[in-house]
Parts: sequence; C-alpha cells; structure tokens
Amino acid sequence: MKLKCSSKPAFPWFGMDIGGSLVKLVYFEPKDITAEEEQEEVENLKSIRRYLTSNTAYGKTGVRDVHLELRNLTICGRTGNLHFIRFPTAAMHRFIQMGRDKHFSSLHTTLCATGGGAYKFENDFRTMADLELLKLDELDCLIQGLLYIDSVGFNGHPECYYFENPSDTQNCIKRPCCLDNLFPMLLVNIGSGVSILAVYAKDDYKRVTGSSLGGGTFLGLCCLLTGCETFEEALEMASKGDSTNVDKLVKDIYGGDYQRFGLQGSAVASSFGHMMSKEKRESISKEDLARATLVTITNNIGSIARMCAVNEKIERVVFVGNFLRINTVSTKLLAYAMDFWSKGQLRALFLEHEGYFGAVGAFLELLKSSDDA
Amino acid sequence: MALCGGADRGSHSMDKSITLPPDEIFRNLENAKRFAIDIGGSLTKLAYYSTVQHQVAKVRSFDHSAKETDGDPLYEISVQEEITARLHFIKFENAYIETCLDFIKDHLVNTETKVIKATGGGAHKFKDLIEKKLKLKVDKEDEMTCLIKGCNFVLKNIPHEAFVYAKHADSEFRFQNTHPDIFPYMLINIGSGVSIVKVEAEDKFERIGGSSIGGGTFWGLGALLTKTKRFDELLQLASKGQHTNVDMLVKDIYGGAYGSLGLTGDLIASSFGKSATTDKEFSKEDMAKSLLHMISNDIGQLACLYAKLHNLTRVYFGGFFIRGHPVTMHTITYSINFFTKGEVQALFLRHEGYLGAIGAFLKGAEEDNPNQYSWEENYAGSSGLMSVSPELNPVQRARSGTFPFDMLEMDRLERQLVNLPLLQDATSYIPDTVDLTEDALAREYWLYCFEEALDGVVKRAIASQKDQPEAVERAEKFRQKYRHKLQTLRHQPFAYGSLTVRSLLDTREHCLNEFNFPDPYSKIKQKENDMALKYYLKVVKSVEELSWEQRQFTLAKGLLAGNVFDWGAKAVSDVLESDPEFGFEQAKQQLQERPWLVDAYNQWIERLKGPPHKCALFFVDNSGIDIILGVFPFIRELLIRGTEVVLASNSGPALNDVTNSELQILTERIAAMDPVIHAALREDRLALVQNGSSSPCLDLSRLDKVLATVIRERGTDLVIIEGMGRAIHTNYYAMLSCESLKLAVIKNSWLAERLGGKIFSVVFKYEVPSKAQEQH
Repeated sequence: MKLKCSSKPAFPWFGMDIGGSLVKLVYFEPKDITAEEEQEEVENLKSIRRYLTSNTAYGKTGVRDVHLELRNLTICGRTGNLHFIRFPTAAMHRFIQMGRDKHFSSLHTTLCATGGGAYKFENDFRTMADLELLKLDELDCLIQGLLYIDSVGFNGHPECYYFENPSDTQNCIKRPCCLDNLFPMLLVNIGSGVSILAVYAKDDYKRVTGSSLGGGTFLGLCCLLTGCETFEEALEMASKGDSTNVDKLVKDIYGGDYQRFGLQGSAVASSFGHMMSKEKRESISKEDLARATLVTITNNIGSIARMCAVNEKIERVVFVGNFLRINTVSTKLLAYAMDFWSKGQLRALFLEHEGYFGAVGAFLELLKSSDDA
Repeated sequence: MALCGGADRGSHSMDKSITLPPDEIFRNLENAKRFAIDIGGSLTKLAYYSTVQHQVAKVRSFDHSAKETDGDPLYEISVQEEITARLHFIKFENAYIETCLDFIKDHLVNTETKVIKATGGGAHKFKDLIEKKLKLKVDKEDEMTCLIKGCNFVLKNIPHEAFVYAKHADSEFRFQNTHPDIFPYMLINIGSGVSIVKVEAEDKFERIGGSSIGGGTFWGLGALLTKTKRFDELLQLASKGQHTNVDMLVKDIYGGAYGSLGLTGDLIASSFGKSATTDKEFSKEDMAKSLLHMISNDIGQLACLYAKLHNLTRVYFGGFFIRGHPVTMHTITYSINFFTKGEVQALFLRHEGYLGAIGAFLKGAEEDNPNQYSWEENYAGSSGLMSVSPELNPVQRARSGTFPFDMLEMDRLERQLVNLPLLQDATSYIPDTVDLTEDALAREYWLYCFEEALDGVVKRAIASQKDQPEAVERAEKFRQKYRHKLQTLRHQPFAYGSLTVRSLLDTREHCLNEFNFPDPYSKIKQKENDMALKYYLKVVKSVEELSWEQRQFTLAKGLLAGNVFDWGAKAVSDVLESDPEFGFEQAKQQLQERPWLVDAYNQWIERLKGPPHKCALFFVDNSGIDIILGVFPFIRELLIRGTEVVLASNSGPALNDVTNSELQILTERIAAMDPVIHAALREDRLALVQNGSSSPCLDLSRLDKVLATVIRERGTDLVIIEGMGRAIHTNYYAMLSCESLKLAVIKNSWLAERLGGKIFSVVFKYEVPSKAQEQH
C-alpha cells in the first residue's frame, strides 16, 4: 500500500481513536533524526518523545503495547517506530489536561482523531487545551488502517492469522497467513459494541449491521456479576471458569442430542439457563459466571457475523477490535463457530493489532492532510 | 430452542380447599376422548375432544296433500338433540396439575381412551403422576412438531388469530386478516432459548436457526443481577426501569448522533456498557430493562437476518418469553421494526399458549382426520386474550376459592369453509365494515346497544320454550354469561380478535346455543312465514299489472320494505312487538323517499335494460315478509328475464334469518302457488344452497364449499347481498369481481346518522368492477 504524501507534516505524528471504553493512540517515533534536526527540535517535542518511548505505562491506566510496536517503518520518507498506546476513555480529561500542561498547542501539528470521542470531546480539546481536532470517520479509518498494517506486515511476519483445526481443542493451532487479496471481506469490529462491515475494495464498503452485545457488555455484565473491575481481571476469571455450570445445554433438556433438528447435546440451548434455578444460582462460582458471559457474547457475535456473511455472500470474516485482546477463548471460539456452523465454508481471520486500526487510519490521514496544510 | 425452564416453581402443592367449578372448567368431560397435554415451565395445557349434545330446532314439512285449513302452520318445528364435536383446551398453572388430574379421573366416563399425548419440557416430570392418576399411557410427542401443527391449525381456522402489537396506538392489538394461504411463514419460538423454524407446508418445516440467548437468559441472568426470582416479576421490574442508566448509547460515545451512518444518539451502542466503566450501583429496574432490551434486540436482529436469508415476510413470535406479555411484545416489535426498517412486521398469536397442546392433540387424532374439517372458535366457551392477568396475586386467588384458568373451545363445523370465488382479492378482503377495537365511539354505542337489547333476548328465549319450565333458569344463565362477555369486551375489546358488530352478534348466538336456546325465533319465523305466504300471490299479481319501469321500481322497493321486518334491529322489534299488524304497505311508507342515502338505482335500471345476467347469487336475510314478499317477487322477475338464481341462506338459525331448511319448505309452497317458481325449480334455474354460516352477518371468506362450487359452475355474474347484517355491518366495502347489489334499510338511528341519514334510510349500492379488475 503506497501512501500519498507530497510534503511532510511537522512532528509529532499522532493518530487517535477515542472509543466508548478505550482511547487508542499511535505515535510515530522518528529514528532518523539528524543532528541538525535534533538541534532545531523544540524541547516540548523532545520531552513528549522521551516520555512516550521511555515508558510502557502512563499514569495509572495508560499502557503501551510494546509487543505490537512496528520497527523500522518508513513513512513519507521518514523511518522510525510506530508505537501503540491505550488508556480508558474515562481518563480522557486527564489526557487533555496533560496536553495543556505540555503545551501541545504550541506544536504545529494537527491532532487527527476518530471514534465517537472525536466528536464528544472536540469542545473539551478546544477549551481546555486550545487544540483543534481533525475529526475523521471511524469506519474509514478502521479500513484504511487495517489495509495499511496488513500491507507493511508485523516486523517481517504476517499481520494476519487463523486457527488450524478450529473444531479440535487439542490440535487447534494459531497460524500466520498472508492473503493475496483481502476483498471481499466481512469486517467484524468488536469494541464496546459491534459493527459489521462488508468491504469490497479499499474505498468501497458498507456497514451491514451492528450489535449492542459487545466487549462493553461482556465487561459490564462481568463487573455486575463478579465484582471485577478490569477487562484483564474478567478474562482471567473467565479462563478458569466452566460455562456449562451456568448455561443449559441441549443434553440438559433432552438427555442427549435433539435429533429431530440435528442439534448436538453439547450445544448451548439457553445461555444462563441454569441460573433460573435458585439452588444453582447460590452455588455458582464467579469464574463460571465470567466464562459464561464471555462464551455467550462471543457466540452471539459469531452467530450474527455468520448470518451476515451468508446474506452478503462473503466467505472471509475478519475479526478485529479490542474485545479480542489477550482473549484466546473468544478468538478460538469464533474460529470454531465460523467453521462448524458453515460446515467449513467460512474462515475466521484475526489481526495482531486487533484494536488499533482506527488510530492507525487517523494517523495516516495526518500524513495525507498535510497536502492541504 | 422450544424449551421451557421449569425452575423456581418447584413446589406443586396447593391449597386443598380450592374447588374446581365443574360448570366452567373441563366441560363435557363425560364424553371426552383423545387427551393431550402440554406441560411447560409454569403452565399446563390440557386438550381433549368431546361431543356436545345440544338441542337444535328442526323444521319439517307437513304433508300438504290433505286439504289444509287456514289456521294450520306451514311446517312443524321440533326440538331435537344433536351431537356435535368440540375441542376443549384448558390452561392452568402447574401447581394445580394434581387437583386437575383428580378431577378428570373422577368425571371421566369414557374408558376407551388408553393414551394421552404429551409434549412440553415438563412432560417427563409429570409422566408418572399422569399415568398413575388417569391410568393412561403417556405418549411423548416432539415439541416443535406439535408447535407447528398447532400453529397451522389456528392460522387456518381462527380468523384474527394473528396480530401486530402497537403499544402507543389507540388499539394495541391490530389483528391480521387470515391469508387464504398461510404458508410459508417463520415461527420464532422464544422459550429458554430461541428456535427459528421455517414452515413451508402442513408437514414441511425446518429449524433454520436459533440462539441460546432467550427467555432463559433473561430469567437466569436477570435473577442473578436483581435477586428477583420470578419471570413475571422480572418483567415488571423491567417495565419500570431506565435502560439508559446502564447501557452505553451512541450519544454517550459521540456526544450526539453518529450522523453519517444514520445512527441516532439514543441507539444502544453497548448493552451494559456503563456498568463496565462507571463505578456505581445500578437499580434492579434499570438492569432488568437493559437486559430486556439486550435480549429482545438480539432476537429481533437474528429474526431479521433469517427472514432476509429465506425471503420470508410473515414472522410469528411465540414461547413463554412472549406469551401475553405486552412488555416483551413491545420490545420485540420495536426491534423488528428497527432492523427491517418496517419491511417485516412482528406477528403474535392469540392462542400462542395453546399451540403445543393443539398440536399434540392433532397428532393423537390423526385417524379422525381433523384437518379435513373447518373449525370455529366458540366465543361462549373461550376465555379470550389476556383473560388471566399474570399479575393476579395469590391472595386474590385464594380468596376467590378457585384458581385462574383459561379456556379455548373449537367447534367442528359440518362443512368445509372456503372463500367466495367472486372476491376480487381474497387476501385483502375484510368482512367487517367498522373495527370497534379501533373506533371507540362506535364501540361504546354498540356495547350499550347489545346490553340494552339483552332483556328482550332473554324474554324471547324463554318464550320460545314455554313448555320447558327450567328455561327461565337457563335464560338467566345465558343473560349472565353474555353480560359478562360484554363487560369483558368493554375492557378488553381485543379479547376475540377485532371487535365488530358481527362478533357481538355471533357471541350472542354462541351463548344462546350454550344454554340450549338454539332458535329462539323459530315460532315467530313460523308465524310470519305463514302470514306472508297468504299475501304472496296478491303481491305478485299487483306487480305484474305495472309497466316495466314501474315494476322494477316496485320490486326494488318491495325488497327494501321487506327488509324492514327484522327482529334483529331493536327499533323494529319494538314496533313489531307492540303492533303485529304493522304491514307490508306501512313498511313501504316508512322507507325513505328517493334519492336514497346511497342511491345507484338509476344505474341498476339502466343495466336491467341490457342483456340478462347469467346467474344471480342472492344472500337472503330475514324470514317472513322479507323473503316471501320482498325477495321472491324480485328474483321471480330475474328468472323471467332468463337469469338463473341461487338463493344462499344460513345453515343454522340466527335471529329471524331464514334458514336453509325453512327456505326449502317455503319455496316448495311458493312453487305450488306460482308456476314461474315451479318451473324454475323443476328446471334447476332456481337453486337453494346453504351458506355454511349461522351468523346474522356474512363472512365471504368462510362459505360452504358446495356453495362455492355451485357459484363457479353456474358462471355467477351478479351477487345480491341483502340486509344490515350482511350488507352494512359486513361487506359494505367488499370488492367483488362481478356486478353486485348491496341493499339494506338502516333500522338503527345511530348508524343511520353516522352514515349521514335518518332511520329507515335506504342503501341501494350497485357496483360494477372496472374492466381491469374483472376476472372473466
């Protein structure tokens, strides 16, 4: 993928995606700074670079995903590393304040932002930090970012992967893969909620549908049911739980398979169905509840995605979004669900930089926008 | 999945002091056979087939070879016992299952029955109890198969079975017309999980999908979140909550709408999204509401995806999640509207709770071939929609000494009913002119009117059975029953589908039959027929002397004047009751002068100047003067013109409407006097065919199959519909594919005023379909 950039925008280069739960930030750290440049570089800019690159955690909640860092990337004639940083949207105001304290507005840069927060916080950026946002559509950014990262690869490895033997838990193996052509693809973005897009070409896509049962629902329900506070905690609990203590399976009702309709006994008949019983409610563990929540949400997304793929006649389903971060339970489940229900017709694909494509897309816009600047 | 969660209702013990009202529940048990039972998570539905013995008035001709004297009646009326088939369905809470089984055991006489068909998630749990109590072998049937069978049955046999739910409309329930072809459709059963079934034909259906997020998820997850145990209570909580406190909306992320995608700010972006980021307590109500939205929207979305994939537009919802709960019907409707942008409507069924029991019953009754008959909902024996309030608390129940139950009774009709082949568009045909469910003013009036008329009906019923002393008591029971129905309809106009004048009349007939008043007007009809016959020749002669134009007008006027004689209309029955001499001539004077309220007479007369019609189908109305002095001279002229005539009359009695058996005798007598009629009968140019109905109104989508065949074979090109019941209350807007005359005298000042006229205003509606709409 070639980027069209005639003139270089001034540093720092940022792209930001302000979602419902998380803010995703990508930062380009130039590694080819000449001595001359270094001298001219204002102190502000230096301190920002140093702050971001020398730390992996910012404040209490900001995190740099070091393992995702893209090294030796050449963009618009500059070579450097692309950093991936995230923090909760709840900390947005603190972030804006930091921008003010570090006199961000004195740097001649455009702040490219996408996601709903670009709209919601636009005024706060302006009044609190004297910063103007360049607001970008989140779905445009998502697709552009995804295509770009896929094209540059992940430090020499493919960005994309899938699961081999998805129906066999013992032999289910993650396999990287290079796709010659991504189109058409069904792009399922699982953030707080879910958006499903049918992408036919770089600039040709439509939003097929969406669902309110997404990552926010998983975490929200887990917090209410188990008292946990973070996504990591919730996933940790889920990894230890057993959802069949919570869900009613076909065999719980029919004693085995429901043969009239070819339903396996192990299929979930009713999510949380066992919880209709008082005794079972009282004896259930938090881990089981967390697992059931995760399985319920994941299966539901899988089911909707599969139906959309069939309706849109698309065989390649790409799952992205931060719900999938450190969430192998869900990725494997989605891979299995796509394979099983479609009898091998559909393949679930995943991307290493799962939640960052919107921010990357915004970052790319910065480079493009400099044309007009 | 069609599975019911049977949890939290663990105790099936009950207060032994509760007694069953034998007159009301499990009726006709003594003749019951073929039992079926559907046991769900909380409700049991029992079905059985029984025969009902009731009196019918039979009309038999005297032998007229002997010289008759003036005072002799024309025919003999005898009351005979007739046996008809009826299906009984009773729904009650699982807690009462043992009491009910005991009751059945004690009252069951028939011992031929060996097997009870069973379905539903709870069937295995109660298997031993049923086998022990009833000494019947429990034979399990597949739940989904039963559900589909039941669904096909109600869709085919019960008009206004399906409805659209509109929470904020004047009438929450919008009933759908029965489509002549019920297939294909999609049934979404929301039990503890969700099953999505595509039904293509009677025995052809397939589970095309499903979801594990269903009623069990709402119940289970809801119980965990709110510590509320019961499903009903959870729904109540939900109806009071604010989901926006728990859900993350588009505006919570964007600050407003996401304009470029057309997503409004109020749209839920992430269910329970706020509980992930906000560190605060959430109210039970808010969480329950959020959960309800989450599940309803999810099901709605899946339903739409499947409907689209399979190209299905008729989507019915059922299962315990839906069952009579306005809250869930509303959220599902909302969701379907949202996801299909109004292209698909969510449909619900009045008897949704009975589908499994009906299907299980039909499975067991296959050798009787119940699908070859047409069936009719008996309004007298059926409880109607929302009869048992789910919120009725146990204290109230205990105090009433009984327990809440709901009933459905279906009568087997003697003949198969089909559409009138001359309907322009059977799919859009609506028999009733005014839907009283939606027209509150008209509803008020008619309910009042029927209540006012009740005393007279009771009096008439008693008078019709003077020789039976216990008739007074029965008539009183009838009064109570019908009054209770009227009261129910006042509060729940939607109880039996769209409320119409027709349904009010039919309900009254059903209630009269229930208490063995099969034909309260039999003697009056007899007297009037006798009297009118005496004038027949005089009327015919006086008409013959007139010029052609004058004659046509006199015949039309005579037809209308005859129609003034109607015991069904209160204004007229008052006059008739006080002045039996009220004559035909006086009636003519009562008629409105031309121009009539609706006056297409000139077009009609122009048409008569043209070639004769091939065959006229005449839906007749009242007996006595109406049929003898109004209709016969009119059709006599048609016959002379060379038009064949089919007189379609009621199969069973209703008010003073002439029945087919009465009409047979009358025609015979007229033929004996009048060579024109005699020849027409002999040459089969005049045919008497029953219409398959026992209603004072007329539903052209449910006519005797034989009549439909006759109409087709004879190349009928003119339909005449006479009387308020058949041409005004029903069929006023019916579009036919051939010429039609709709004739009536408005014998009700309120209705006349509504139509812009006065009492005794005349409707003379002559319609010719435009060329494009003609079938021939």
